[in-house]
Amino acid sequence: MSETANRAEVALVLVSHSRDLARGAAELAGQMAPGVLLLPVGGTADGGIGTDFDGVQAAIEQGTADGGSVVVLTDLGSAVLTTESVLEFLDDEVQARVSLADAPFVEGAAAAAVTAHGGAHRKAVLDAAEHAGHTFAPHPDAPPPDAPPKPTTGEQAPLDDGVARAQVTLRNKLGLHARPAAVVARMLAGYDAKVRVNGVNAASVLELMKLGATEGHSLTIEAEGPQAQAARDALVDAVESGFGEL
Amino acid sequence: MTLDVAWAIDWVRRSAATVKEHREELIELDRQIGDGDHGENLNRGFTAVVGKLDALESPPGDVGEVLKLVATTLMSTVGGAAGPLYGTAYLRAAKAAAVPELDANGVVAMLEAALEGIVARGKATTGEKTMVDAWTPATEAAVAAADEGAAPAAVLAAAADAATRGAESTIPLVATKGRASYLGERSAGHLDPGARSTELILHAAAEAAQ
Repeated sequence: MSETANRAEVALVLVSHSRDLARGAAELAGQMAPGVLLLPVGGTADGGIGTDFDGVQAAIEQGTADGGSVVVLTDLGSAVLTTESVLEFLDDEVQARVSLADAPFVEGAAAAAVTAHGGAHRKAVLDAAEHAGHTFAPHPDAPPPDAPPKPTTGEQAPLDDGVARAQVTLRNKLGLHARPAAVVARMLAGYDAKVRVNGVNAASVLELMKLGATEGHSLTIEAEGPQAQAARDALVDAVESGFGEL
Repeated sequence: MTLDVAWAIDWVRRSAATVKEHREELIELDRQIGDGDHGENLNRGFTAVVGKLDALESPPGDVGEVLKLVATTLMSTVGGAAGPLYGTAYLRAAKAAAVPELDANGVVAMLEAALEGIVARGKATTGEKTMVDAWTPATEAAVAAADEGAAPAAVLAAAADAATRGAESTIPLVATKGRASYLGERSAGHLDPGARSTELILHAAAEAAQ
Protein backbone atom coordinates (compact mmCIF):
# COMPACT_ATOMS: atom_id res chain seq x y z
CA MET A 1 0.00 0.00 0.00
CA SER A 2 1.11 3.55 -0.65
CA GLU A 3 0.71 4.42 3.01
CA THR A 4 3.66 2.21 3.95
CA ALA A 5 5.88 4.93 2.51
CA ASN A 6 4.63 7.07 5.35
CA ARG A 7 5.15 4.83 8.36
CA ALA A 8 3.41 5.57 11.62
CA GLU A 9 5.72 6.67 14.42
CA VAL A 10 4.77 3.76 16.68
CA ALA A 11 5.36 0.13 15.74
CA LEU A 12 3.57 -2.79 17.41
CA VAL A 13 5.27 -5.98 18.56
CA LEU A 14 2.77 -8.81 18.99
CA VAL A 15 4.06 -11.57 21.27
CA SER A 16 2.13 -14.83 21.42
CA HIS A 17 2.79 -18.42 22.48
CA SER A 18 1.67 -19.44 19.01
CA ARG A 19 3.24 -18.46 15.71
CA ASP A 20 -0.12 -18.61 13.96
CA LEU A 21 -1.85 -16.53 16.61
CA ALA A 22 0.78 -13.78 16.40
CA ARG A 23 0.66 -13.76 12.62
CA GLY A 24 -3.13 -13.79 12.63
CA ALA A 25 -3.33 -10.84 14.99
CA ALA A 26 -0.86 -8.94 12.81
CA GLU A 27 -2.86 -9.80 9.72
CA LEU A 28 -6.07 -8.58 11.30
CA ALA A 29 -4.57 -5.37 12.71
CA GLY A 30 -2.67 -4.78 9.48
CA GLN A 31 -5.84 -4.79 7.49
CA MET A 32 -7.26 -2.12 9.77
CA ALA A 33 -4.08 -0.05 9.90
CA PRO A 34 -1.82 -0.64 6.89
CA GLY A 35 0.51 2.24 7.74
CA VAL A 36 1.77 0.64 10.93
CA LEU A 37 4.82 -1.60 11.25
CA LEU A 38 3.47 -4.80 12.85
CA LEU A 39 5.99 -7.32 14.11
CA PRO A 40 4.50 -10.68 15.13
CA VAL A 41 6.65 -12.96 17.32
CA GLY A 42 4.89 -16.23 18.01
CA GLY A 43 6.05 -19.55 19.40
CA THR A 44 9.51 -20.79 20.19
CA ALA A 45 12.41 -20.52 17.77
CA ASP A 46 11.77 -24.08 16.56
CA GLY A 47 8.09 -23.41 15.90
CA GLY A 48 6.67 -24.92 19.10
CA ILE A 49 4.31 -23.35 21.61
CA GLY A 50 6.12 -20.89 23.88
CA THR A 51 7.85 -17.54 23.77
CA ASP A 52 11.19 -16.75 22.23
CA PHE A 53 13.40 -14.27 24.10
CA ASP A 54 15.73 -13.67 21.15
CA GLY A 55 12.82 -13.23 18.76
CA VAL A 56 11.10 -10.68 20.99
CA GLN A 57 14.36 -8.84 21.47
CA ALA A 58 14.99 -8.71 17.71
CA ALA A 59 11.46 -7.45 17.02
CA ILE A 60 11.72 -4.69 19.62
CA GLU A 61 15.12 -3.68 18.24
CA GLN A 62 13.68 -3.57 14.74
CA GLY A 63 10.71 -1.48 15.88
CA THR A 64 12.88 1.01 17.78
CA ALA A 65 15.50 1.35 15.06
CA ASP A 66 15.83 4.87 13.64
CA GLY A 67 14.44 6.38 16.84
CA GLY A 68 10.96 4.86 16.53
CA SER A 69 8.89 3.74 19.48
CA VAL A 70 7.10 0.49 20.18
CA VAL A 71 4.04 -0.76 22.01
CA VAL A 72 4.16 -4.48 22.84
CA LEU A 73 1.06 -6.64 23.19
CA THR A 74 1.25 -10.11 24.68
CA ASP A 75 -0.99 -13.08 25.23
CA LEU A 76 -0.53 -15.38 28.26
CA GLY A 77 1.74 -15.44 31.36
CA SER A 78 5.24 -16.18 30.17
CA ALA A 79 4.84 -13.92 27.12
CA VAL A 80 4.60 -11.07 29.62
CA LEU A 81 7.57 -12.38 31.61
CA THR A 82 9.66 -12.79 28.48
CA THR A 83 8.83 -9.29 27.25
CA GLU A 84 9.56 -7.71 30.63
CA SER A 85 12.88 -9.52 30.66
CA VAL A 86 13.76 -8.29 27.19
CA LEU A 87 12.98 -4.74 28.33
CA GLU A 88 15.28 -5.18 31.31
CA PHE A 89 18.15 -6.13 29.00
CA LEU A 90 17.68 -3.11 26.68
CA ASP A 91 19.69 0.08 26.95
CA ASP A 92 17.81 2.66 29.02
CA GLU A 93 17.58 4.97 26.03
CA VAL A 94 15.79 2.31 23.96
CA GLN A 95 13.75 1.04 26.90
CA ALA A 96 12.32 4.55 27.32
CA ARG A 97 10.72 4.23 23.89
CA VAL A 98 8.96 0.91 24.54
CA SER A 99 5.71 0.29 26.42
CA LEU A 100 4.20 -3.06 27.38
CA ALA A 101 0.43 -2.90 27.18
CA ASP A 102 -1.82 -4.56 29.75
CA ALA A 103 -4.45 -5.32 27.17
CA PRO A 104 -6.32 -8.17 25.50
CA PHE A 105 -4.18 -9.46 22.64
CA VAL A 106 -6.45 -9.25 19.64
CA GLU A 107 -8.67 -6.33 20.62
CA GLY A 108 -5.67 -4.43 21.97
CA ALA A 109 -3.63 -5.00 18.82
CA ALA A 110 -6.45 -3.80 16.62
CA ALA A 111 -7.20 -0.69 18.70
CA ALA A 112 -3.52 0.19 19.08
CA ALA A 113 -2.84 -0.27 15.37
CA VAL A 114 -5.69 1.98 14.39
CA THR A 115 -4.56 4.70 16.78
CA ALA A 116 -0.94 4.39 15.64
CA HIS A 117 -2.05 4.59 12.04
CA GLY A 118 -3.52 8.00 12.79
CA GLY A 119 -0.04 9.24 13.72
CA ALA A 120 -0.51 9.11 17.47
CA HIS A 121 2.39 9.04 19.93
CA ARG A 122 3.29 6.01 22.05
CA LYS A 123 1.23 6.99 25.12
CA ALA A 124 -1.92 7.40 23.06
CA VAL A 125 -1.35 4.07 21.32
CA LEU A 126 -0.78 2.38 24.66
CA ASP A 127 -3.91 3.99 26.03
CA ALA A 128 -5.93 2.75 23.09
CA ALA A 129 -4.72 -0.82 23.65
CA GLU A 130 -5.39 -0.72 27.36
CA HIS A 131 -8.91 0.57 26.96
CA ALA A 132 -9.75 -2.06 24.36
CA GLY A 133 -11.09 -4.53 26.87
CA HIS A 134 -10.97 -5.63 30.48
CA THR A 135 -7.76 -5.44 32.46
CA PHE A 136 -6.23 -8.84 33.21
CA ALA A 137 -3.41 -7.97 35.58
CA PRO A 138 -1.91 -4.97 37.35
CA HIS A 139 0.17 -2.95 34.95
CA PRO A 140 3.87 -3.56 35.65
CA ASP A 141 4.71 0.14 35.47
CA ALA A 142 1.76 1.36 37.51
CA PRO A 143 2.75 3.49 40.51
CA PRO A 144 1.68 2.29 43.96
CA PRO A 145 -2.08 2.84 44.10
CA ASP A 146 -1.98 5.11 47.11
CA ALA A 147 0.97 7.26 46.06
CA PRO A 148 -0.33 10.82 46.35
CA PRO A 149 0.35 12.97 43.29
CA LYS A 150 1.93 15.80 45.21
CA PRO A 151 4.26 14.41 47.88
CA THR A 152 5.21 16.42 50.92
CA THR A 153 8.10 15.82 53.26
CA GLY A 154 8.18 15.40 57.00
CA GLU A 155 4.64 16.62 57.54
CA GLN A 156 3.19 15.02 60.61
CA ALA A 157 -0.50 14.88 61.34
CA PRO A 158 -1.67 15.61 64.88
CA LEU A 159 -1.96 12.63 67.16
CA ASP A 160 -5.51 12.02 68.24
CA ASP A 161 -6.11 8.32 67.65
CA GLY A 162 -2.93 6.75 69.02
CA VAL A 163 -1.48 6.39 65.54
CA ALA A 164 1.82 8.13 64.87
CA ARG A 165 1.76 9.26 61.27
CA ALA A 166 4.17 10.84 58.87
CA GLN A 167 4.55 11.38 55.20
CA VAL A 168 7.96 11.34 53.60
CA THR A 169 9.34 11.28 50.08
CA LEU A 170 11.93 8.76 49.01
CA ARG A 171 15.17 10.51 48.12
CA ASN A 172 17.47 7.72 46.98
CA LYS A 173 17.17 6.71 43.36
CA LEU A 174 16.17 3.09 43.80
CA GLY A 175 13.89 3.78 46.76
CA LEU A 176 12.73 0.76 48.72
CA HIS A 177 14.74 -1.86 46.84
CA ALA A 178 16.02 -4.94 48.62
CA ARG A 179 18.72 -3.42 50.78
CA PRO A 180 16.76 -0.47 52.23
CA ALA A 181 13.68 -2.64 52.61
CA ALA A 182 15.76 -5.04 54.67
CA VAL A 183 17.22 -2.11 56.63
CA VAL A 184 13.72 -0.84 57.45
CA ALA A 185 12.38 -4.25 58.42
CA ARG A 186 15.38 -5.00 60.61
CA MET A 187 15.36 -1.53 62.20
CA LEU A 188 11.67 -1.70 63.09
CA ALA A 189 12.14 -5.07 64.75
CA GLY A 190 13.86 -3.12 67.54
CA TYR A 191 10.71 -1.18 68.45
CA ASP A 192 7.57 -2.24 70.27
CA ALA A 193 5.34 -0.88 67.52
CA LYS A 194 3.34 -2.04 64.53
CA VAL A 195 4.31 0.05 61.55
CA ARG A 196 2.67 0.25 58.14
CA VAL A 197 4.08 1.93 55.05
CA ASN A 198 1.50 2.74 52.37
CA GLY A 199 -0.75 0.24 54.07
CA VAL A 200 1.64 -2.72 54.06
CA ASN A 201 3.45 -4.26 56.98
CA ALA A 202 6.81 -2.47 57.26
CA ALA A 203 8.31 -5.50 59.01
CA SER A 204 8.04 -7.49 55.80
CA VAL A 205 10.88 -7.02 53.34
CA LEU A 206 8.84 -8.49 50.52
CA GLU A 207 5.78 -6.34 51.17
CA LEU A 208 7.97 -3.24 51.15
CA MET A 209 9.70 -4.29 47.93
CA LYS A 210 6.40 -5.02 46.27
CA LEU A 211 5.36 -1.39 46.76
CA GLY A 212 7.77 -0.68 43.91
CA ALA A 213 8.41 2.72 45.50
CA THR A 214 11.33 4.63 44.00
CA GLU A 215 12.77 8.15 44.17
CA GLY A 216 10.05 10.78 44.47
CA HIS A 217 7.40 8.38 45.69
CA SER A 218 5.63 9.46 48.83
CA LEU A 219 5.42 7.05 51.75
CA THR A 220 2.63 7.22 54.29
CA ILE A 221 3.88 5.91 57.62
CA GLU A 222 1.47 4.79 60.34
CA ALA A 223 2.78 3.42 63.61
CA GLU A 224 0.87 2.03 66.57
CA GLY A 225 1.97 0.70 69.95
CA PRO A 226 4.00 1.86 72.97
CA GLN A 227 6.98 2.99 70.86
CA ALA A 228 5.00 4.20 67.87
CA GLN A 229 6.46 7.70 67.80
CA ALA A 230 10.04 6.56 68.18
CA ALA A 231 9.60 3.96 65.45
CA ARG A 232 8.02 6.51 63.15
CA ASP A 233 10.78 9.04 63.79
CA ALA A 234 13.49 6.48 63.13
CA LEU A 235 11.84 5.47 59.88
CA VAL A 236 11.43 9.09 58.77
CA ASP A 237 15.11 9.71 59.48
CA ALA A 238 16.13 6.62 57.51
CA VAL A 239 14.03 7.62 54.50
CA GLU A 240 15.22 11.23 54.59
CA SER A 241 18.84 10.15 54.78
CA GLY A 242 18.22 8.10 51.63
CA PHE A 243 19.25 4.95 53.52
CA GLY A 244 22.83 6.09 53.19
CA GLU A 245 22.65 5.97 49.41
CA LEU A 246 22.71 9.71 48.69
CA MET B 1 38.54 -15.11 52.26
CA THR B 2 36.57 -13.83 49.28
CA LEU B 3 34.84 -15.40 46.30
CA ASP B 4 36.33 -14.68 42.89
CA VAL B 5 35.72 -15.38 39.21
CA ALA B 6 37.01 -18.94 39.58
CA TRP B 7 34.35 -19.53 42.26
CA ALA B 8 31.65 -18.09 40.00
CA ILE B 9 32.66 -20.38 37.14
CA ASP B 10 32.80 -23.36 39.47
CA TRP B 11 29.33 -22.44 40.77
CA VAL B 12 27.96 -22.40 37.23
CA ARG B 13 29.55 -25.77 36.37
CA ARG B 14 28.30 -27.33 39.62
CA SER B 15 24.82 -25.89 38.94
CA ALA B 16 24.81 -27.49 35.51
CA ALA B 17 25.97 -30.81 36.99
CA THR B 18 23.36 -30.86 39.76
CA VAL B 19 20.54 -29.84 37.43
CA LYS B 20 21.58 -32.62 35.06
CA GLU B 21 21.76 -35.10 37.92
CA HIS B 22 18.30 -34.11 39.20
CA ARG B 23 16.74 -33.64 35.79
CA GLU B 24 14.34 -36.59 36.15
CA GLU B 25 13.36 -35.54 39.66
CA LEU B 26 12.56 -31.98 38.54
CA ILE B 27 10.57 -33.30 35.60
CA GLU B 28 8.58 -35.56 37.91
CA LEU B 29 7.95 -32.76 40.45
CA ASP B 30 6.78 -30.49 37.67
CA ARG B 31 4.66 -33.23 36.14
CA GLN B 32 2.76 -33.51 39.43
CA ILE B 33 1.74 -29.85 39.62
CA GLY B 34 2.88 -28.16 36.40
CA ASP B 35 3.57 -28.99 32.80
CA GLY B 36 6.53 -31.29 33.38
CA ASP B 37 9.15 -29.31 31.51
CA HIS B 38 11.16 -27.72 34.35
CA GLY B 39 13.91 -30.36 34.50
CA GLU B 40 14.27 -30.53 30.75
CA ASN B 41 14.25 -26.76 30.27
CA LEU B 42 16.70 -26.01 33.05
CA ASN B 43 19.04 -28.79 31.95
CA ARG B 44 19.02 -27.45 28.40
CA GLY B 45 19.71 -23.94 29.70
CA PHE B 46 22.63 -24.83 31.95
CA THR B 47 24.12 -27.14 29.33
CA ALA B 48 24.11 -24.16 26.97
CA VAL B 49 25.72 -21.98 29.65
CA VAL B 50 28.57 -24.45 30.10
CA GLY B 51 29.02 -24.58 26.32
CA LYS B 52 29.39 -20.79 26.25
CA LEU B 53 31.83 -20.84 29.17
CA ASP B 54 33.94 -23.44 27.38
CA ALA B 55 33.96 -21.31 24.24
CA LEU B 56 35.19 -18.14 25.97
CA GLU B 57 38.53 -17.01 24.61
CA SER B 58 39.52 -15.07 27.70
CA PRO B 59 38.26 -15.52 31.27
CA PRO B 60 35.57 -13.08 32.47
CA GLY B 61 36.91 -10.02 34.28
CA ASP B 62 34.62 -10.15 37.28
CA VAL B 63 31.94 -12.21 38.99
CA GLY B 64 29.21 -10.15 37.39
CA GLU B 65 30.38 -11.04 33.87
CA VAL B 66 30.03 -14.73 34.64
CA LEU B 67 26.53 -14.22 36.02
CA LYS B 68 25.53 -12.07 33.05
CA LEU B 69 26.56 -14.87 30.70
CA VAL B 70 24.30 -17.19 32.70
CA ALA B 71 21.46 -14.64 32.57
CA THR B 72 21.49 -14.09 28.83
CA THR B 73 21.90 -17.78 28.04
CA LEU B 74 19.14 -18.99 30.37
CA MET B 75 16.86 -16.28 29.06
CA SER B 76 17.34 -17.46 25.48
CA THR B 77 17.31 -21.20 26.07
CA VAL B 78 15.09 -22.11 29.03
CA GLY B 79 11.73 -20.83 27.83
CA GLY B 80 8.52 -20.93 29.84
CA ALA B 81 8.40 -18.88 33.03
CA ALA B 82 11.63 -20.29 34.48
CA GLY B 83 13.77 -18.65 31.76
CA PRO B 84 12.71 -15.06 32.50
CA LEU B 85 12.63 -15.69 36.27
CA TYR B 86 16.11 -17.22 36.54
CA GLY B 87 17.39 -14.95 33.77
CA THR B 88 16.29 -11.86 35.68
CA ALA B 89 17.66 -13.26 38.95
CA TYR B 90 21.11 -13.76 37.40
CA LEU B 91 20.98 -10.42 35.58
CA ARG B 92 20.21 -8.50 38.78
CA ALA B 93 22.79 -10.58 40.64
CA ALA B 94 25.33 -9.76 37.93
CA LYS B 95 24.76 -6.04 38.37
CA ALA B 96 25.14 -6.38 42.15
CA ALA B 97 28.30 -8.47 41.79
CA ALA B 98 30.20 -6.45 39.18
CA VAL B 99 33.43 -6.78 41.18
CA PRO B 100 36.43 -9.14 40.95
CA GLU B 101 35.80 -10.62 44.40
CA LEU B 102 32.84 -10.87 46.77
CA ASP B 103 33.10 -10.56 50.53
CA ALA B 104 30.26 -11.63 52.84
CA ASN B 105 28.30 -8.43 52.25
CA GLY B 106 28.86 -8.81 48.53
CA VAL B 107 27.33 -12.28 48.65
CA VAL B 108 24.33 -10.88 50.53
CA ALA B 109 23.92 -8.06 47.99
CA MET B 110 24.06 -10.58 45.15
CA LEU B 111 21.41 -12.82 46.71
CA GLU B 112 19.18 -9.87 47.59
CA ALA B 113 19.39 -8.60 44.03
CA ALA B 114 18.47 -12.04 42.68
CA LEU B 115 15.45 -12.27 44.99
CA GLU B 116 14.44 -8.76 44.06
CA GLY B 117 14.55 -9.69 40.37
CA ILE B 118 12.41 -12.78 40.89
CA VAL B 119 9.86 -10.85 42.93
CA ALA B 120 9.78 -8.03 40.37
CA ARG B 121 9.30 -10.45 37.49
CA GLY B 122 7.05 -13.07 39.08
CA LYS B 123 5.00 -10.74 41.32
CA ALA B 124 4.97 -13.54 43.88
CA THR B 125 5.40 -13.38 47.62
CA THR B 126 6.12 -16.07 50.21
CA GLY B 127 3.53 -18.75 50.88
CA GLU B 128 2.37 -18.98 47.26
CA LYS B 129 4.33 -22.20 46.54
CA THR B 130 6.95 -20.77 44.21
CA MET B 131 10.72 -20.39 44.10
CA VAL B 132 10.26 -17.26 46.24
CA ASP B 133 9.62 -19.63 49.16
CA ALA B 134 13.21 -20.90 48.81
CA TRP B 135 14.91 -17.62 47.82
CA THR B 136 13.42 -15.53 50.64
CA PRO B 137 14.61 -17.62 53.62
CA ALA B 138 17.93 -18.14 51.83
CA THR B 139 18.45 -14.40 51.53
CA GLU B 140 17.34 -13.78 55.10
CA ALA B 141 19.73 -16.45 56.38
CA ALA B 142 22.56 -14.90 54.36
CA VAL B 143 21.83 -11.48 55.88
CA ALA B 144 21.83 -12.94 59.38
CA ALA B 145 25.06 -14.88 58.81
CA ALA B 146 26.84 -11.86 57.35
CA ASP B 147 25.63 -9.68 60.22
CA GLU B 148 27.26 -12.14 62.62
CA GLY B 149 30.54 -11.83 60.77
CA ALA B 150 30.46 -15.11 58.84
CA ALA B 151 32.85 -15.66 55.92
CA PRO B 152 31.39 -15.73 52.38
CA ALA B 153 31.46 -19.54 52.24
CA ALA B 154 29.53 -19.76 55.50
CA VAL B 155 27.05 -17.13 54.29
CA LEU B 156 26.36 -19.27 51.23
CA ALA B 157 26.11 -22.43 53.32
CA ALA B 158 23.53 -20.74 55.55
CA ALA B 159 21.62 -19.59 52.48
CA ALA B 160 21.66 -23.06 50.93
CA ASP B 161 20.44 -24.75 54.12
CA ALA B 162 17.66 -22.19 54.48
CA ALA B 163 16.70 -22.77 50.84
CA THR B 164 16.34 -26.48 51.60
CA ARG B 165 14.00 -25.74 54.49
CA GLY B 166 12.17 -23.20 52.36
CA ALA B 167 11.72 -25.69 49.52
CA GLU B 168 10.39 -28.30 51.95
CA SER B 169 7.98 -25.72 53.34
CA THR B 170 6.25 -25.60 49.95
CA ILE B 171 5.03 -29.21 50.25
CA PRO B 172 1.84 -28.54 52.24
CA LEU B 173 1.12 -25.24 50.49
CA VAL B 174 -1.69 -24.65 48.03
CA ALA B 175 -0.26 -22.83 45.00
CA THR B 176 -1.69 -19.38 44.33
CA LYS B 177 0.90 -18.22 41.75
CA GLY B 178 2.32 -19.84 38.67
CA ARG B 179 1.19 -22.83 36.69
CA ALA B 180 0.50 -24.98 39.78
CA SER B 181 -2.19 -22.51 40.90
CA TYR B 182 -4.43 -23.92 38.16
CA LEU B 183 -4.69 -27.05 40.33
CA GLY B 184 -5.89 -25.17 43.41
CA GLU B 185 -6.18 -27.44 46.47
CA ARG B 186 -4.77 -30.39 44.54
CA SER B 187 -1.38 -28.68 44.44
CA ALA B 188 -0.94 -29.33 48.20
CA GLY B 189 1.28 -32.26 49.15
CA HIS B 190 3.87 -31.67 46.40
CA LEU B 191 7.27 -30.01 46.49
CA ASP B 192 7.45 -26.98 44.20
CA PRO B 193 9.93 -27.70 41.37
CA GLY B 194 11.15 -24.08 41.16
CA ALA B 195 11.87 -24.05 44.90
CA ARG B 196 13.68 -27.37 44.51
CA SER B 197 15.86 -26.11 41.64
CA THR B 198 16.63 -22.96 43.66
CA GLU B 199 17.79 -25.19 46.50
CA LEU B 200 20.04 -27.18 44.14
CA ILE B 201 21.60 -24.06 42.64
CA LEU B 202 22.29 -22.44 46.01
CA HIS B 203 23.88 -25.65 47.30
CA ALA B 204 26.09 -25.62 44.20
CA ALA B 205 27.14 -22.06 45.14
CA ALA B 206 27.97 -23.13 48.69
CA GLU B 207 29.89 -26.21 47.57
CA ALA B 208 31.93 -24.18 45.10
CA ALA B 209 32.93 -21.92 47.97
CA GLN B 210 34.24 -24.75 50.17
